[in-house]
Amino acid sequence: MSRDHQRNNAPQEQSRRDILRGAAALGGLALAPGVTLHLIGGEAAARPADEAVSDTHRWGMLIDAGKCGDGCQECVTACADENGWDPDGKLPTDAQWIRKIDLRDPKSGAERTLPMMCQHCASPPCVDVCPTGASFKRADGIVLVDKHTCIGCRYCVMACPYNARSFVHEPLTDQKAHAPRGKGTVESCTMCVHRVDAGKQPACVERCNDAAGGAMLFGDLNDPTSEISKRIATYATARVRADLGLDTGVYYRNI
Amino acid sequence: MAPSSVFAIILAALVLSASMAPQHWSARAAEPSTGVPVPKPPKGRGNECVAETDYIRRYHMQLLDHQRDDTVHEGIRTKQFSLKQCIDCHAVQGPDNKPVAYDDPSHFCRSCHDYAAVAIDCFECHDSKPQKSAAAREAFRGSMLALEGYLKARGP
Amino acid sequence: MAMARITYREIDGGTTYWSLLLGLSALVLIGLGSAWYMEHHGHIVTGMSNRIVWGIPHVFAIFLILAASGALNVASIASVFEGAAYKPLARLSGLMAIALLIGGLAVLVLDLGRPERLIVAMTTYNFKSIFAWNIFLYTGFLVVVMAYLFVQMEPTMTRHIKAVGWFALVWRLVLTSGTGSIFGWLVARQAYDAAIMAPLFIAMSFAYGLAVFILVLMAACKINRRPLGGALVNRLGKLLGVFAGAVLYMTAMMHLTNLYAAEHGGVERFILADGGVYTAAFWLGHIVVGCLAPMALMLSPNLRTSRLLVAVASGLVIVGAIAHLYVIIIGGQAFPLLMFPGQEVSSSFFDGVVAPYSPSLPEFGLALGGVALALAITLGGMRVLRFMPQSLADDDASPAANQSPA
Repeated sequence: MSRDHQRNNAPQEQSRRDILRGAAALGGLALAPGVTLHLIGGEAAARPADEAVSDTHRWGMLIDAGKCGDGCQECVTACADENGWDPDGKLPTDAQWIRKIDLRDPKSGAERTLPMMCQHCASPPCVDVCPTGASFKRADGIVLVDKHTCIGCRYCVMACPYNARSFVHEPLTDQKAHAPRGKGTVESCTMCVHRVDAGKQPACVERCNDAAGGAMLFGDLNDPTSEISKRIATYATARVRADLGLDTGVYYRNI
Repeated sequence: MAPSSVFAIILAALVLSASMAPQHWSARAAEPSTGVPVPKPPKGRGNECVAETDYIRRYHMQLLDHQRDDTVHEGIRTKQFSLKQCIDCHAVQGPDNKPVAYDDPSHFCRSCHDYAAVAIDCFECHDSKPQKSAAAREAFRGSMLALEGYLKARGP
Repeated sequence: MAMARITYREIDGGTTYWSLLLGLSALVLIGLGSAWYMEHHGHIVTGMSNRIVWGIPHVFAIFLILAASGALNVASIASVFEGAAYKPLARLSGLMAIALLIGGLAVLVLDLGRPERLIVAMTTYNFKSIFAWNIFLYTGFLVVVMAYLFVQMEPTMTRHIKAVGWFALVWRLVLTSGTGSIFGWLVARQAYDAAIMAPLFIAMSFAYGLAVFILVLMAACKINRRPLGGALVNRLGKLLGVFAGAVLYMTAMMHLTNLYAAEHGGVERFILADGGVYTAAFWLGHIVVGCLAPMALMLSPNLRTSRLLVAVASGLVIVGAIAHLYVIIIGGQAFPLLMFPGQEVSSSFFDGVVAPYSPSLPEFGLALGGVALALAITLGGMRVLRFMPQSLADDDASPAANQSPA
């Protein structure tokens, strides 16, 4: 299952790695993708690696601001860990794929907090304005940047109603293998597309459920029997800047 | 210059390069007998590459480009021609027994690209070192956490 | 045509010419150096950020692109609207249109995050993007204006001037609409998302292009000791005043319309009242310096007879133009996106607050490099080809047209 691709010279190092490898294989066996997700209540199943993504699914999220903790940053750090950006960066040039927004009603003083990231619109303005087509929407509704064709014009950053995109202002090193990022291109939340393709949930959703209030739910908006569809059908939900008619894939409750 | 002499020169060049090419480019080449410096790409893991070595040498850029578009746009994540897979098999260990990154001249890609003076920008964004074992450990930890979460939620 | 024959001649390559060219080349080198510096270190060395993604380079690039299409107006008036007085200026008008556009595009391209991928922008298109259309409109403009110049300068082709002139006029109007729509079609932003952006940009291009044209024309005549008639300058000055008035009108309509809608109250208060540098740039820079002052100078028949005052008015229009574009481009981004209307919003990503921006030296370097490139191309063009009339004295250039200055 887990083939070692490294040639080691030190025998001791080799044996330590063998143990780790064995343990990883055991974990993988015990929790093969479908089983894993069944266990933790998710509903994505891994698509075969050679099968193209289709519009059978439309991935989305439901975020319950009522369960989102004031000052809680778990989803933000989970995303940063997963995708390799610095969650402590606070300069206006630092990338932020997801951030917490605090709201306060000036009349009533009511306060809420919620995570904000790419809303994965069905009609994304960033995709419309991109001159080269680098900004695109996958068949399953995930909005991405093809950094190979991004020329760094930042028009999509201008067009996004959610400030969801960041421009990489500096040369980077030590990126994650599954989340390539580089200077001079635009990036944003990928809905952890590499995890979704493997049948897993986005890192923020998983962390929120494991370590925080369980405010985030990920699932297939196209499947009426999915948990997310059922909840959207049951409760009043809202979408940010619904007036723009973008049909976002991220729904909120209690905002 | 007469057409025939042009032809003769081209023919001579072809013959000359053909006689030198196997020494330069074949994986099983003996040490070159001439003093011409040649690229010496380090041998990868296993006995053979994901396709014929000569084919990979000539077409790896097209294969990678094609795979890249398939993966980014279609979500096709087959391993045969994936860059990650290249990096995993062709990792070169540095003096500290850790795989070297692209900024090290001994990196597999650089062994030929430096020689041919072909600049690539893949590694401005992509990781040039294998992350396989790290990723496996991470996946294992994630699965265990998930299991723990599930068991907790389920109660005794 | 009942008009004296105009003789065109290359400008002389004396000391003034070479020192000017050398100075401009030095500025172009500074621009290239700035671009290299920005490219090498990334945009971290600029004042731009994730909130202000377009900065000083874009202010100047869009100024140059607007001025390019506006500079062509002089030729359009001559060949499409039969303005005989403008005929001798038509060639210079075409040359400047090309030069200014190249200068502006150079700045835009060198500011890209990945300028080396320009080939991608030239080969991969998303036709829903107005940016993609602009790539065709801009490059097409260069070709159309070159053809326009060719039919003007090739004696056997002059019968096509009017047809090609019409085509060029329509093209430049579409082009400027495209430039305005870069902002007009941004649905998410309070300061943009308005159809008036296209006609506003057209009015701006008229004024900016003419202002630059007047100053270059005056400088070219002065350094080459070629006569420039007072009636002609007077006429150009009056037109400039009218164009400044058109910009003022469009601006007024845009803000009055926004003020009427409560939902735009926030952004209007920001631009017009409490936006600090943006409010100052709007009222002082754009309205007073860029519109009212040149209008007062140029629409008063006595004042515009002074050559100096026409030059001053042109300078004021250009200063006002930079202020205006600064307000539109930077101010429009600085004002926060309205994600939760009626709510106080805060985050680590500058939501709900006016985004900070202080332009850095390399940004100005790149911007001025583009301006210098445009001027250098104009200067070099006048030296190698016959763009400039031997004399623009009122009697030589167009006696019939200048007998009764309108």
